[in-house]
Amino acid sequence: MNAQEVRKLFPILHQEVNGKPLVYFDSAATSQKPVPVIEALEKYYREYNSNVHRGVHTLGTRATDAYEGAREKVRRFINAKSTQEVIFTRGTTTSINTVAASYGLSNLSEGDEIVITPMEHHSNIIPWQQVAKKTGATLKYIPLKEDGSIDLQDVENTVTEHTKIVSVMQVSNVLGTINPVKEIGAIAHKHGAIMVVDGAQSTPHLKVDVQDLDCDFFAFSSHKMCGPTGIGVLYGKKALLSKMEPVEFGGEMIDFVDLYDSTWKELPWKFEGGTPIIAGAIGLGAAIDFLSDIGLDNIHRHEEELAKYAIEQMSEMEGITIYGPKERAGIVTFNIDEVHPHDVATVLDAEGIAVRAGHHCAQPLMKWLNTSSTARASFYLYNTKDEIDSFVKGLVTTKEYFGHVF
Amino acid sequence: MSSNLDQLYRQVIMDHYKNPRNKGQLGEDTVTINMNNPTCGDRIQLHLKVEDGQIADAKFDGEGCSISLASASMMTQSVKNLSVEDAIKLAHIFYDMMLGKDYDDTSFDLGDIEALQGVSKFPARIKCATLAWKAMEKGVGNEEEN
Repeated sequence: MNAQEVRKLFPILHQEVNGKPLVYFDSAATSQKPVPVIEALEKYYREYNSNVHRGVHTLGTRATDAYEGAREKVRRFINAKSTQEVIFTRGTTTSINTVAASYGLSNLSEGDEIVITPMEHHSNIIPWQQVAKKTGATLKYIPLKEDGSIDLQDVENTVTEHTKIVSVMQVSNVLGTINPVKEIGAIAHKHGAIMVVDGAQSTPHLKVDVQDLDCDFFAFSSHKMCGPTGIGVLYGKKALLSKMEPVEFGGEMIDFVDLYDSTWKELPWKFEGGTPIIAGAIGLGAAIDFLSDIGLDNIHRHEEELAKYAIEQMSEMEGITIYGPKERAGIVTFNIDEVHPHDVATVLDAEGIAVRAGHHCAQPLMKWLNTSSTARASFYLYNTKDEIDSFVKGLVTTKEYFGHVF
Repeated sequence: MSSNLDQLYRQVIMDHYKNPRNKGQLGEDTVTINMNNPTCGDRIQLHLKVEDGQIADAKFDGEGCSISLASASMMTQSVKNLSVEDAIKLAHIFYDMMLGKDYDDTSFDLGDIEALQGVSKFPARIKCATLAWKAMEKGVGNEEEN
């Protein structure tokens, strides 16, 4: 993979920020969009914008074909058995909330357990807190090892015959940890629990195969994988989805509507109330084509190299704490001694370098790390080693800038 | 290094950050306000002693970036011995300053807080600077004012 060539397809990267060439190291928050994705959105709006599944007219058919075509692209991308198992949602958060509100509320009761980890994103914590509160189920946490990874023995010790749901992120948005969700899922299944995987940080960067993972639900967002914002996917095994009730009612998802009762469409549409996110789905389809052409394995390898290169240089600097295990995805979360991460991010921004600072929607993990916030550099297929050099220089500047204070 | 950055991190701000004034707790008969900035995790705990419509004393605890903590330190200094009414007026002068508007610099001795003027050039950091002032307003019962 040639990152320099890839960069040419991302118009936004070719600009100066605060008088310096933009270094965009915040792809874990949202990724940038390549020309084919921008063009797919534009083409839809310019040439065949129309509602789907309704019109008899030509544009309606084109829009429906493109929308359902995107679903087939998603199916292939994550290797689902059927497009009936691919539901378009607003994003990972909505996907997990759908599982919690539909499956969780109707299948759990007092005495049951939901098992998650302290490294989860708020979107994979709060929906389960709510299910626990409403059903009387208990929320339990798999403890983390000192380096922020998961020991399968700890999973064995936490999951019991009372456990109904296990939900774990595949890649940590803070530590970059790649979690063994397949093995965790096997333990969950052994105890009769279902396995939910938060794939928000994995799907953009590594090859996902939901049949190989054998997970029951898998959630991810388009905007972190070169696609537009506002759309994501909930994959679910058909056997489970077909027994579940919709969460949203109206429009699109109905079969027959009578005065006092109604029936739903078949899968996947029964979970897609209202006019769907048509442009978003088409844009996501274009992003999937784009990523597949380059190859997820190539992307993953490139990011690993970048993370390794960044960590090597940062480890040589004094007063920098790097969080997370050695083996990781393209995410480097760190703190500079005595300098608050907001201040780090502001000084780097003055150098044209965009990093995230804060709690990264993972307050329980921040507590576990014994810090209130951190700075995070996250890489994607369009980043280069030269950019890491600029970033490391920026860190030196930051240290010098605040050095005189302490 | 850009001059904007130097305007943001003025020496006097770094001094307040490093050596915060009025850090700690107050005794009995005080109002305590907890406020945080949910998007970034800054937290402040402000203690106010209000007597006969006057802020007799103010102290704070908290964690956050240089701007939020320096601003808290400066705020406690500025509002001490002001009437509640004046403290609220001063808060609004400060908000004007943060928004880069023309602000009233004659009614009060603005002292150190004027050093925070540079924050107005960094929209993402304005919330850091205003946190302590919002907490003060809440403490004197002026919550709805923003």
